[in-house]
Amino acid sequence: MTSGTSGTALNEKPKKVLFYRHSLAVRITHWLNVLCLSFLLMSGLQIFNAHPHLYWGQYGADALPDPAFLSIEAYADGDSMKGVTTIGPFQFTTTGVLGASKMDGELTPRAFPSWLTIPSYQDLATGRRWHFFFAWFFVINGFVYMLYGMVSRHFRRDLLPTRAELTPKHLAHEIAEHARLRFPKGEEARRYNSLQKLAYVGVGFILLPLMILTGLTMSPGFNAIFPWLLDVFGGRQSARTIHFITASLIVAFVVVHVIMVLISGVWNNLRSMITGYYAIKVDPAPASKGEVSK
Amino acid sequence: MSIDLTRRRFLIGSGVAATGILTGCDAMVRSPSVNAVLEKGEWLSMKAQRLLLGGQQLAREYTEADMSPVFKANGTQMPETDVYKRLIDTNFADWRLEVGGMVKTPKSFSMADLKAMPSRTQITRHDCVEGWSAIGKWTGVPLGLVLEQVGLAPGARYAVFHCADDYEQSLDGSGLYYESIDLVDAWHPQTILSYGMNGKDLEIAHGAPLRLRVERQLGYKHAKYLMRIELVDSFKNIGSGKGGFWEDRGYEWYAGI
Repeated sequence: MTSGTSGTALNEKPKKVLFYRHSLAVRITHWLNVLCLSFLLMSGLQIFNAHPHLYWGQYGADALPDPAFLSIEAYADGDSMKGVTTIGPFQFTTTGVLGASKMDGELTPRAFPSWLTIPSYQDLATGRRWHFFFAWFFVINGFVYMLYGMVSRHFRRDLLPTRAELTPKHLAHEIAEHARLRFPKGEEARRYNSLQKLAYVGVGFILLPLMILTGLTMSPGFNAIFPWLLDVFGGRQSARTIHFITASLIVAFVVVHVIMVLISGVWNNLRSMITGYYAIKVDPAPASKGEVSK
Repeated sequence: MSIDLTRRRFLIGSGVAATGILTGCDAMVRSPSVNAVLEKGEWLSMKAQRLLLGGQQLAREYTEADMSPVFKANGTQMPETDVYKRLIDTNFADWRLEVGGMVKTPKSFSMADLKAMPSRTQITRHDCVEGWSAIGKWTGVPLGLVLEQVGLAPGARYAVFHCADDYEQSLDGSGLYYESIDLVDAWHPQTILSYGMNGKDLEIAHGAPLRLRVERQLGYKHAKYLMRIELVDSFKNIGSGKGGFWEDRGYEWYAGI
């Protein structure tokens, strides 16, 4: 429904209205989250590189016969080497990116390439120091966000999908619209659509908390404090695997999120997450409270 | 067979970057002031865990069915020092554990002395800082019982474990492995001086004749090839002053995370 096609306003041009979409707390915690997750991902890949295998269960070391279901390694290949990624029974040659990649122009055995890790060279101690620092930063930032979201009713008002939004018919319609890259306009764009709500709730309330919990489950000290976490995730090595998979899902979310930002009006989206104001086009009508007309 | 980077190459920042061009991130990584801020995170981790671990909560103990079929050996697996070579030649018959420093009565323990003391057997998970885990069964004498025999002098705060292996070969002994824990962990019931593993005598690859088990921390705290325990009020003047071989090379002293 756009104003141009609605019958009553045929004679008048649709008006651009800026409305206050993102509160200061949401904007600040959003950008701090961007900072934290970037450093956490890159330092996390540095840590992964120290032992590039994933297992399921309580234990797992690269001693046979512990079965790793994912390994990213370098194999000798004549005078040179090749990078090989093994997932279950499948092997992929991934030279140049995974397993073996160039450092200072020389092919070097390393699971993730230097441009994806902090520091770029192999240094587990430093990777851990950055990871845990930003983990604390991330947890405190997340706590502030959660507190704000509950107290201000941001979650209930903006993120909780209504029952009508969750019907299969409505969801199917939205998925079809998204697939055609048709996004809500006008008044409808004032609110998040149900796919947005589900994505944000899924990341904020499932994936990110899962990162914290699986991260803590890898800590031997924390295991003594809350041993039940080991049972929830099926062991320390399972927790490490879930940590990795969940991180991958968050990366996938970020990729989709950034693509959507780019194709649904990049400047409008960026402005709203920086200044708070988002522009929509509406039928000329008396602006409601809190709006700035242009 | 896959190419393994050596543990050393993995654990110590490789020298490659020193000769290469540093990215902006790497320059930041090396800045002392940035590191000083980041180390606050380590301080916070230790304080938080110690707050929650106020009591003497135990690390999880497993059953025999949970044990790793093969327990990965890591770090030094065959010490090269002359002292240790002589010990192997005599099958550790002359080995003694010296306990001294800030204690009331320094003592030296033979293996028979240690084995005559009450023992504790525990099946626990060993977590390497690299990310892997192995579950094994350890038998040994609780460190607390040994400390009771020597009696701590007032002011003693840390137990420092001096080892027979030179992880980094050096002429001045600066490459000798050592570790330290504070008294909270020293008196913990699962902190044992272990002489048995998986029902047998401790093997050389795993630290014969005696290694430390400090179950609520990462693997590098579990010093192998123990020769001497020194009680101190500060580890400032030992090694590079950070409390352990790997600590001197950038790793956290508190390895509970």
